[in-house]
Amino acid sequence: MTIGLNHYLILAGVLFSIGLYGALSRRNAVAILMCIEIMLNAVNITMVAFSRYIVPTALTGQIFAIFIMTVAAAEAAVALAIFISIYRHRETVDVERMDLMKW
Amino acid sequence: MTGVGVAIGFWVLAAVAVASALAVVFLRNILRAALLLVLCFVSVAGIYITLNADFLAAVQVLIYAGAIAILLVFAVMLTRDAPRGNLLNRLWFPALIISLLMLMVVIYVSVSTDWHTVTEAAAEPTTLTLATTLFDKEKGFVLPFEIASVLLLAAMIGALVLAKER
Repeated sequence: MTIGLNHYLILAGVLFSIGLYGALSRRNAVAILMCIEIMLNAVNITMVAFSRYIVPTALTGQIFAIFIMTVAAAEAAVALAIFISIYRHRETVDVERMDLMKW
Repeated sequence: MTGVGVAIGFWVLAAVAVASALAVVFLRNILRAALLLVLCFVSVAGIYITLNADFLAAVQVLIYAGAIAILLVFAVMLTRDAPRGNLLNRLWFPALIISLLMLMVVIYVSVSTDWHTVTEAAAEPTTLTLATTLFDKEKGFVLPFEIASVLLLAAMIGALVLAKER
């Protein structure tokens, strides 16, 4: 059988849901960041699949995917710097114990 | 690309991607989770190749499997929560319900919508088309490109300031 647009969309949906479950249910901040990266990858798959099956010669979806990768790299760098800074002050990266701004 | 080879490649890569993503979410040892995340990124790069996106597959391997994965491994090492790290929080059951609902909505929408797909052959290789679309004078993406470079610079300086010892 041939692989169509729906196969890619469902694969991306499955990956996105796995990442969503991980991001909502983990306690380690670095693990949550990993799950967010999985979700961004799923979105990239849908972008490239739409670009391939709906505008195969224009490739605008792939350009959007490149911008998503740029933002993901920036976000990972800043988030990891924040986690290392928090770990230095409080000896933990457990998000349930990061309650400095909660009252 | 044609037929059976792409189909076999798609199913194998999809199975590897989903299995390694599940392992990232459910493994207790967070360092192993980070290493399996690299496997997930590489199989997503293979998925891009089945979609005729050769440049994007190379970028995926370089940026995600190279740079971001190394950053994550560094963060795991520097925060030393590896053996006991990956615990569930109190809200894991509502999270499971929400993500299953999300999955069902996505599958329902993507199956029931009539996408206007075309059967044109894809542009190949993609690098020339990508470059001309990205830097086109009238309807290109030059301003977002410049903003992205400023964003990367700001993120780099911000990360340095945040992670610096006081």
